[in-house]
Amino acid sequence: MAASRFLGLIAILALPALSGCAVLRLGAMDAAGPIAEAQRNLYFLLAIVLIFVAGPVLVLTPLIAWHYRISNKHSTFRPKWVFSWWLEGLIWIPPAGIVIGLSFLLWNYTQRLDPYRPIAASQPPLEIQAVALDWKWLFIYPEEHIAAMNELAIPVSRPVRISLTSGTVMQAMLIPRLAGQIYAMAGMRTELNLAASQPGVYRGGNVQFNGTGFAKQKFDVIALSPSDYEGWLAAVRAAANPLDPSAYAQLFEKTTPAQPILFSSAPEGLFQKILSRYQDPDMKVHR
Amino acid sequence: MNGAISPTILGRLEWLSLPFVRAWQNPTPDELIGAGAATIVVVGMAGTIALITALGKWRYLWRDWFTSVDHKKIGIMYVVLAFVMMSRAVVEGVLMRMQQATAINAPGIVEPDHFAQLFSTHGSIMIFFMAMPFLTGMINYVMPLQIGSRDVAFPLLNSISLWLTGGAAGLMMVSLVIGQFSTGGWSGYPPYTELEFSPDVGPDYWIWAVTLGSIGSTLSGLNFAVTIYKMRCAGMTMMRMPLFCWTTLCTSILMIFAMPPLTVATAMLALDRYLGFHFFTNDLGGNMMNYANLFWLFGHPEVYILILPAFGVYSEVVSTFSSKELYGYRSMVIATMSIAVMSFTVWLHHFFTMGQSASINAAFGIATMAIGVPTGVKIYDWIWTMFMGQVRFTVPMLYSLAFMMTFVLGGLTGIILAFPPLDYLVHNTLFLVAHFHNMLIPGLLYGMLAGYHYWFPKAFGFRLNEKWGQLAFGCWVVGFYLAFMPLYVLGAAGMARRTAEIFEPAFRPWLYVAGIGALILLAALVALFVQLWVSIREREANRVDAGDPWDGRGLEWSIAGPPPEYNFAVLPTVSGGDPFYTSKRNGDAYLPPERYENIEVPKNSVVGPLLGVFSAATGFALVWHMWWLAILGMLAIIITVIARSFIRDTHRIVSATEVERVDLAWRDKLFASRSISREMETTSANQGFAEVAA
Ligand code: HEM
Ligand SMILES: [Cu+2]
Repeated sequence: MAASRFLGLIAILALPALSGCAVLRLGAMDAAGPIAEAQRNLYFLLAIVLIFVAGPVLVLTPLIAWHYRISNKHSTFRPKWVFSWWLEGLIWIPPAGIVIGLSFLLWNYTQRLDPYRPIAASQPPLEIQAVALDWKWLFIYPEEHIAAMNELAIPVSRPVRISLTSGTVMQAMLIPRLAGQIYAMAGMRTELNLAASQPGVYRGGNVQFNGTGFAKQKFDVIALSPSDYEGWLAAVRAAANPLDPSAYAQLFEKTTPAQPILFSSAPEGLFQKILSRYQDPDMKVHR
Repeated sequence: MNGAISPTILGRLEWLSLPFVRAWQNPTPDELIGAGAATIVVVGMAGTIALITALGKWRYLWRDWFTSVDHKKIGIMYVVLAFVMMSRAVVEGVLMRMQQATAINAPGIVEPDHFAQLFSTHGSIMIFFMAMPFLTGMINYVMPLQIGSRDVAFPLLNSISLWLTGGAAGLMMVSLVIGQFSTGGWSGYPPYTELEFSPDVGPDYWIWAVTLGSIGSTLSGLNFAVTIYKMRCAGMTMMRMPLFCWTTLCTSILMIFAMPPLTVATAMLALDRYLGFHFFTNDLGGNMMNYANLFWLFGHPEVYILILPAFGVYSEVVSTFSSKELYGYRSMVIATMSIAVMSFTVWLHHFFTMGQSASINAAFGIATMAIGVPTGVKIYDWIWTMFMGQVRFTVPMLYSLAFMMTFVLGGLTGIILAFPPLDYLVHNTLFLVAHFHNMLIPGLLYGMLAGYHYWFPKAFGFRLNEKWGQLAFGCWVVGFYLAFMPLYVLGAAGMARRTAEIFEPAFRPWLYVAGIGALILLAALVALFVQLWVSIREREANRVDAGDPWDGRGLEWSIAGPPPEYNFAVLPTVSGGDPFYTSKRNGDAYLPPERYENIEVPKNSVVGPLLGVFSAATGFALVWHMWWLAILGMLAIIITVIARSFIRDTHRIVSATEVERVDLAWRDKLFASRSISREMETTSANQGFAEVAA
């Protein structure tokens, strides 16, 4: 009886821990593309080095404090001992060495994982233009002449090159299982290269606070096999829901659509138009 | 009830600006929480005023405190301000944790806009009105005593800094009762905070509160730096100063150079909002990237402004409670100075994700890691200070030990964030929130609390209760780990910071643990207040008016607790580091002076309080577009400053006989005290007279 209650207690305590760890599968720890995978590997590499950086402090602090406690009459007391070149060398040189070593790692990986760097592949990248809006994302497929709001379908294994801008305040696009984030700013174009290596649905969203609807500004990245991707394109085109002037005007309203919206056609140069929107002399956006 | 009440007089103030009216019209839990907070402010203010009136203490407060230019009283007032503001900000932090724990696929307890105000006020208060006043107060109280000076270099300026900060904190409190605060976070990034996107008064409250605070801090920095350069007593060379003075110097230099970019950034944002400039707007050539650079050109040095004074406290505490000279003083000084200089070379790591080239990111990433080296050196120096010492686990020492082990973990995650490719993943997520709380709670809060326990007996003449201190300490540590470690996991899972609602059930267990942690942190705060209450009640049993309860090392311990207004009856002369500790060992401590002299001390001044009130009124008027009041306020400021320059009788004399009387009275108490060994220092036997082993 007591034993079973004890087991029950353990189960109650263990359950959140177990279900808790599942949470990491939402992030880059469960990478679904080459960029996030490289980032995760870098993380593990760094974590191992860092154990050696923190370890000594974590061990020495309690050990020394306890050993030299005043009630321990067996420990040496040398109040005038204040310096040793050996120790001094030990606390400056190895840490400096570690930082120099890490610097090479940092330089290398930063170049390799530059969000602007094209991903090497046999096929040309899929061009996507992402527009950050309040409180939604518009993804334009310039080569396919379609657009999608709050849904980004991409073919597996083909690199994707996303150009970003904002139709409103600064935002940041993060799809943790595929790649890191980059800001989207009005009047400017930033770029993010990524790829998915397995079919699946990956959460993405804005992580730079931009007002009331911020928490709801999420979207799904749907990675499809090439044939499914063609099917998706065909279905979007067939839907007869063009991004016409009235739909364009709605983009700038502060709303989040309940469901993703697929636009069967998007006008030529839409991204460019939004990019230069704030330069438009006819537009009285201020005041 | 819509629309401005009286545009000429009250500007854009509406009935609906008052949370009470909003709650009356629309009694949702969210509005009720807002109205409740406003009620607490109003009732708290009214209660305080009534209490002071009932006790007849206005004259006393005005004469002995508000108009005082004594660095010790100013220091204490800063710390009181810090505790008041900390209480509000901790409650807000807990409220945010409760919101996130209850808002998983549910609306939770507050609306998104209210949540946004919570993180904006919490962050702004913690940085500008809790941390800054706390450390400025600590420096104010301790540094002049440690260098053997009678005051800071510019006592009146010191009072003005205090009252500017106080006025700014007042604006923060008023924003709870009239109107609402910014939703743009503590960093106030445009274009979100521009008129186009935030036309309400919120960002204006933020702008003027931060601007006033930043001016106050710049002035404090100048004051402290000049004090250290010019006011050291005979023999106190730079390399004999206690380490706390060195960290103060570095912090002051950082304040002087780092606060102006902030003042400029908020002023430019104000020009955008008030006069239609386009520095940071989306249109007409504005560019928010300039704001990001200016803000973090302040923001990164700011974190060292916050952390360095705590490092100074730890150096004092570890050395005192190990009965041992600080290990590697010279390397500590070098490390502190390197940190200060390097802190200006890393600001870009706050926006690795803004699209600049990989090489720029890498360069700043490497610079960021490099700061880790001198910081690590300091931690080891404290460890070697304990090595072969006699360690006593008093409350300040407990905070120091908890700091060393916790701060290291924050440093590790700092190195992770310094790697741009990893920052891309966790920037703007709860990982970042966990990281900076992991740095600031041990690296600032624990340090200030350690200093508070350490120097409290000096300031008030009795020790703080040890048991409640240990309880509070335990809660701060356990609460911290429970509240913030889960955020690393959530951040790695991609949970954005500043999120009012959560749509991912997998986050639930971690948010629950963090919520429990936050409640424990609240208990820690309560324990601190109970400790103060208990300690005041039993103060007679814990008096240490001889002035040296911990067998201290610096000059601050060589005088009475609390010290007289002029600090030192006769200015000391020192001939080495740790001067008081050494003279106790040499048997020449407490030597009576050969003769006493008249001492000139600065007179009280109303200029500080006046400038504080006028500038807060000006800020308030600017927020609400009450132009007449703004003009009046500015005129009043100018007139006050000019009028003051005509007052030439600014000092008064404390006569030699009076100095002698006070000094002899203290010496009588001193020689009547029983000296005690270090084992007994936390018992009532401690009267502030240390037994010196032969
Ligand atoms: C003592 C208990 C504390 C609790 C429970 C707490 C809790 C929180 C929470 C829940 C957030 C919002 C996280 C989010 O964006 O989702 C936050 C943000 C923040 N906290 Fe704290 N915190 C505490 C102490 C501190 C201290 C001591 C400091 C600084 C000295 C501090 C500085 C900040 C700052 C700067 C922000 C960012 C605000 C923003 O997003 O603009 N906090 N804190
Ligand atoms: Cu920084």
